[in-house]
Amino acid sequence: MKNKIFLFVSIFIFIIIFSVFYKGLNKINIYSPKVELNKKIPQYSSKLINSDKLVNYSEIFNYDHFILLNIWSSWCVPCREEHELLMNLSQQRNIRLIGLNYKDNVISAQKFLDELGNPFETILVDIEGVQAIEWGAFGVPESFLIFKSKVVKKYVGPLNENLINEIKLIIK
Amino acid sequence: MLSSSIGYYGLILGLICSLLLTFFNLQNFRAQKILNTRILSLTFLQFLFVKISFVSLIISFVLSDFSNETVFNNSHSTKPIFYKIAGVWGNHEGSLLLWLLVLTLFTLIFLLKTKNQPLQYRILTITFQQIIIIGFFVFVIKTSNPFNYIFPIPDEGLGLNPILQDPLLAIHPPVLYLGYVGSSIIFSSALAATTLGLISKSWAIHIKKWVLASWIFLTIGILLGSIWAYYELGWGGFWFWDPVENVSLMPWLVLTTLLHCILVLQKRLILTSWVIILSISTFTLSMCGTFLVRSGILNSIHTFANDPERGLFILIFLFILIFFSIIIFFFFNKRNENNNVNFFWLSKETAILINNWFMMYFLSVVLIGTVYPIFLDVLTTNKISVGPPFYHKLIIPFLIPFLIMMGIGSRLKWIKSNLEDKAQLILALIISILIAILIVKNLDVKFLINITLISSAFYLFLITSRDFFIKKEKNNSQKIAHFGFSLLILSILVNNLFSTEIITNLKVGQQFENSNSKILFKNIIQKDEKNYKSIIGNFIIENNNGKIEEFFPELRIYNQPKIVTSEADIKTTFTTDRFMTINVVQNQEYFNIRYQSKPFMIWIWLSVILISCGGILSFLNKEYEK
Repeated sequence: MKNKIFLFVSIFIFIIIFSVFYKGLNKINIYSPKVELNKKIPQYSSKLINSDKLVNYSEIFNYDHFILLNIWSSWCVPCREEHELLMNLSQQRNIRLIGLNYKDNVISAQKFLDELGNPFETILVDIEGVQAIEWGAFGVPESFLIFKSKVVKKYVGPLNENLINEIKLIIK
Repeated sequence: MLSSSIGYYGLILGLICSLLLTFFNLQNFRAQKILNTRILSLTFLQFLFVKISFVSLIISFVLSDFSNETVFNNSHSTKPIFYKIAGVWGNHEGSLLLWLLVLTLFTLIFLLKTKNQPLQYRILTITFQQIIIIGFFVFVIKTSNPFNYIFPIPDEGLGLNPILQDPLLAIHPPVLYLGYVGSSIIFSSALAATTLGLISKSWAIHIKKWVLASWIFLTIGILLGSIWAYYELGWGGFWFWDPVENVSLMPWLVLTTLLHCILVLQKRLILTSWVIILSISTFTLSMCGTFLVRSGILNSIHTFANDPERGLFILIFLFILIFFSIIIFFFFNKRNENNNVNFFWLSKETAILINNWFMMYFLSVVLIGTVYPIFLDVLTTNKISVGPPFYHKLIIPFLIPFLIMMGIGSRLKWIKSNLEDKAQLILALIISILIAILIVKNLDVKFLINITLISSAFYLFLITSRDFFIKKEKNNSQKIAHFGFSLLILSILVNNLFSTEIITNLKVGQQFENSNSKILFKNIIQKDEKNYKSIIGNFIIENNNGKIEEFFPELRIYNQPKIVTSEADIKTTFTTDRFMTINVVQNQEYFNIRYQSKPFMIWIWLSVILISCGGILSFLNKEYEK
């Protein structure tokens, strides 16, 4: 009798394990960290490109319209592809684009902009990559849609046309 | 083209052999006469077919026949010939073919080596073995056929992942597979013996050889993988508790436990249920490992194809085997039960039993750490990642009684024992505590845990080294293996306590200096090799005792696929390994430099070799068979 209970219990346990594994198989297994939304922007200050002046984040991001913060670098290949879309987006009236130049040197960054155009109103310089950490960025490129000092949406990786359209819809 | 067709039909014919064999097996099992010669010849033929199929895959790889999908995905014409061949089992399809090859080979060897065993037992084992083989044949042919065509034929292949292009990693999978597949024989044989009520001393003696063989292969296989990870991945560690590593560790833990249980069974005819359950779980865990690795259900540094269909197949197959064996165990095990079990508290079997429980504990920690993230993800969609701290916190404290028990246990006798040399054991304990205090005193680490840990490791070390001078007992294999184990634990401890590391960014011409050493980045050499570009840094390191050495860590940029790997420069001596790697800091002339000094690194490898030597010695020992 005891033996039979044992048998059924073990079979039951294995059925549960089986179903869990089965469900696990059909899950998408690409890990993407949760994006914290409606988070206040970090309090920090930064140098602007081609100037030695320190500017506080609150001066830049306290704004009634949407701001797109784009983390980019001249050495980053996907940034190059994304750049054209940013140029396009900068034509929109109700959005400001701000760049965060990540672990780059000023000369090659300037070259990059001369070649492809400058969509940004302001460019923050982040030579050590500290500011990117403050923003909670994973790498370059990455974009943050900001409204009234709050991060509304975060885009990891290069923007594509769909995402640009999505942004255009949001800012309307 | 041709070789792919030959290989494919080889597989089909092998499957047909399996079906025929099952039929003949059943027929012969009922007739109960002598072994049908057709069974032997069919088993041989089956092995031959799989071998032909395997060889034709090798030929496709050697000739870079890109009409074959597997070759296209995993090879490249500029690859050296050695890695073209190693690439055969460096991918999913080929490695399953290798698995099948070893499986049929072992079945053949089993049939040839068991002439003295009862006929029914032999046939039943072969039948169970054929069920497993059929499962794998269907799996290979249906979901992972290594002989798929592609049309139009591509000009060039995609190449083998460069971190796999390494001599050690070329032999690591086959050796590991010998261990995994060896456990399938243990599984089938244990089930057959249970069904027939044959669990006896002679069965224990006969199956012990198989347990030992798979254990040796598994140990060496894990060792090879670990050495590879040490010098190739550039982290300077040798065990990362990565799920795929755990998956090989779990069968090893069970096999080690089984090995000791078999000894008890052989001497005293007790622990039969233990032996059966352990035999079943060894192979089930190997299969479970295959499932976890091949289905892509895990996130791991070991990248394998993520294919739910394959995963589903192995999952169903695995659970059929599990249900099957549970049912056999519950319905037939009564026959083998021995009622007059009496343990005296101080005896070898009690010591072994206690340590078995510890081993089961270690196993469950590893199992939970590996599988729990999957469960949690499925049930609650939380993602967690279980890392080394989890394993260290749960395993290390329990190592202490485990090590002490291991030291005392080997001194005990079977059935009933009394500790004759108590004075000696206590003396050894005092000495080891003193040594531990001496070591830990000057270090800035947690005092109590390190003292107990080091002293228990030293305790085992002292006792096992003392054992070599006791002439009475001739069990050299056990002495060597246990001595090796104590050496392993000691080297890991010393390695952990005394390792130092410098991480810094330098550019050519710069110098880094701290109280212990000076690192000068002299220059950079660039070279073009056959299938990669290499960047070699030249560093001069001066220790505080004035010793000057040059290091040449290397970065390799492979052309196909485009991957950068870092080749560490390792200077090995008997006391320390010095280990240096470089990495590029993106888009700057700086290089990230990592310099580590790791004492007793080589002893970790040597002690594992010693452990397997113990196994080999026991395998070759004829005395046991009498």
